[in-house]
Amino acid sequence: MKSNKIFISGDEAVAQGVRLSRPHVVAAYPITPQTITVERLAEMAESGEMEGEYMHVESEHSAISATMGASSVGARTFTASSSQGLLYMAEGLHYCSGGRWPVVMMNANRSVALPWSIYGDQRDSLSLLDCGWIQVYVEDAQEALDMIIQAYKIAEHKDVLTPMMVNLDGFILTHTYELVDIPEQKMVDEFLPPFQTPNKMSFEEPKNLGFSSKPDDNTEFKYQQNEAMFKAIDVIRDVDQEFAEKFGRKYHDMVEEYRCEDAEVVLVALGSVCGTIRVVVDKMRAEGKKVGLLKIRYMRPFPETEVKDLAKRVNAIGVIDKDISFGYEGTVYTNVNSAISKIDKYVYKSNFVGGLGGRDITKDEIEEMFNKLFSGVENKSEEKVEFFSLNVESND
Amino acid sequence: MKEIRWHGRGGQGGFTASRLLGIAASVHGGKHALAFPSFGPERRGAPVLAFTKIDDTKIHDRSEVQNSDYVVVMDETLVTPGFEKGIRLGATILINTENIEKYREPLKEFQVVGIDASSLAMEILGRPITNTAMYGALAATSGLVSKEAAIASIHTEMKPKLAALNEKIVERAFETINAQVAVC
Repeated sequence: MKSNKIFISGDEAVAQGVRLSRPHVVAAYPITPQTITVERLAEMAESGEMEGEYMHVESEHSAISATMGASSVGARTFTASSSQGLLYMAEGLHYCSGGRWPVVMMNANRSVALPWSIYGDQRDSLSLLDCGWIQVYVEDAQEALDMIIQAYKIAEHKDVLTPMMVNLDGFILTHTYELVDIPEQKMVDEFLPPFQTPNKMSFEEPKNLGFSSKPDDNTEFKYQQNEAMFKAIDVIRDVDQEFAEKFGRKYHDMVEEYRCEDAEVVLVALGSVCGTIRVVVDKMRAEGKKVGLLKIRYMRPFPETEVKDLAKRVNAIGVIDKDISFGYEGTVYTNVNSAISKIDKYVYKSNFVGGLGGRDITKDEIEEMFNKLFSGVENKSEEKVEFFSLNVESND
Repeated sequence: MKEIRWHGRGGQGGFTASRLLGIAASVHGGKHALAFPSFGPERRGAPVLAFTKIDDTKIHDRSEVQNSDYVVVMDETLVTPGFEKGIRLGATILINTENIEKYREPLKEFQVVGIDASSLAMEILGRPITNTAMYGALAATSGLVSKEAAIASIHTEMKPKLAALNEKIVERAFETINAQVAVC
């Protein structure tokens, strides 16, 4: 296989993935830390390197509206946002998933104001889990590029027809340069044929799209949307397998277990922090401590089967949340906990909330989390939600 | 893993240097590298940091650099109180200065190396852009990447005319550092 590796940032890797996927329409409004992606796409459209049209829009709300509109005539579309911009799209996100338009979006995970912060955490996308979009979280720039290509194949699948959001951590991934393999256009074309859908406005087959519903049929639409999301699980698996056969890179479907075979305690996380956790797992394993990592890739659809399967094999599960649902707990924890509650076994659980607004998560902090899980099991400690590396007094 | 911290001022090309090192190590050196700026908004003239991580295997660690093995200072006015924080004891600190001797006592826990990068840049580029001189000096001092890889990275990243000038700067930086080693 011919390799073309270049040293680029996560933002640029996304732009490369979009170019290779041959969208007809790109409409996006720049926002830190996503800006470089849309700048590159605008340059590519201008130079002819990308055949699609770059639509200038005056806001994120217009960006999602434009991509939805183009998708409704059967075009392949792309948009990108972050933080406040993503939230400004929120109304359109529900509209788009309800319309079953498979728009693909990149979201650069960034904190949400106030206090104003351009730095990374995952509160933006996690607060939108219920908007009907497939959500995947990536760990490095290569995975970001590869998942853009996979996203079109998953979202456009006839059983799915659901928009998809590819999330990468702001700055940690968007602004870090690393070696990325750029697949050949010919191979991407073979993997990802042009978008075909019956769900479009057409003179040949006129139909009503984007319509109203009444109480006697709305539930059925929402039921079908939910079913499509569950069907996406099989499609995600098939697409990842086909991608691995074609490009030689496999991403382990819904989740990736790292050194969990005989693990006693496991940390669960999303995105780039998984890389740092791998390093700590290796260190503690070398010291004979049976620790592991569960990298959740997809938050929607949620990997319930995989979480339950792991929970049956371990004594304790800690969840790192770069997010907090005020008045309760981290959103990833709530989801993981719901899955664990469905098995017939007690597992000690703990929620570690931190890394908010760009704060570094260190290897020492991760090691301490593992140790707290071990002692939690041993001392039968109370389960709790804990903000780590806190500089103000906590309630403990 | 080796961790490198770059000190410069916005507009001096510190982040470019961190990327050049990453390109030399990975694209031309067969190793793995990450290069990233200090995150957040940057202003021309304000102190900025950039980082490079280099390893033989894939780099998973995404936490901040806390124990630099090499520190490169492109503007010596940035050696201010607290500068030593986050530098490994015994690490090599490379400073753009006409007089390295004055740093030996205050930075005695580290190995300090000096090069007059500003004069070198003025002579060849006609502008005090010192990033490639410091990059060449780091490559020569550390052996993190070969001279050939360092030069190749410049041609990967820059347009031909600018690359030719910067290649000359890297060559001269290697000569300067090698001459210092010969004297010691």
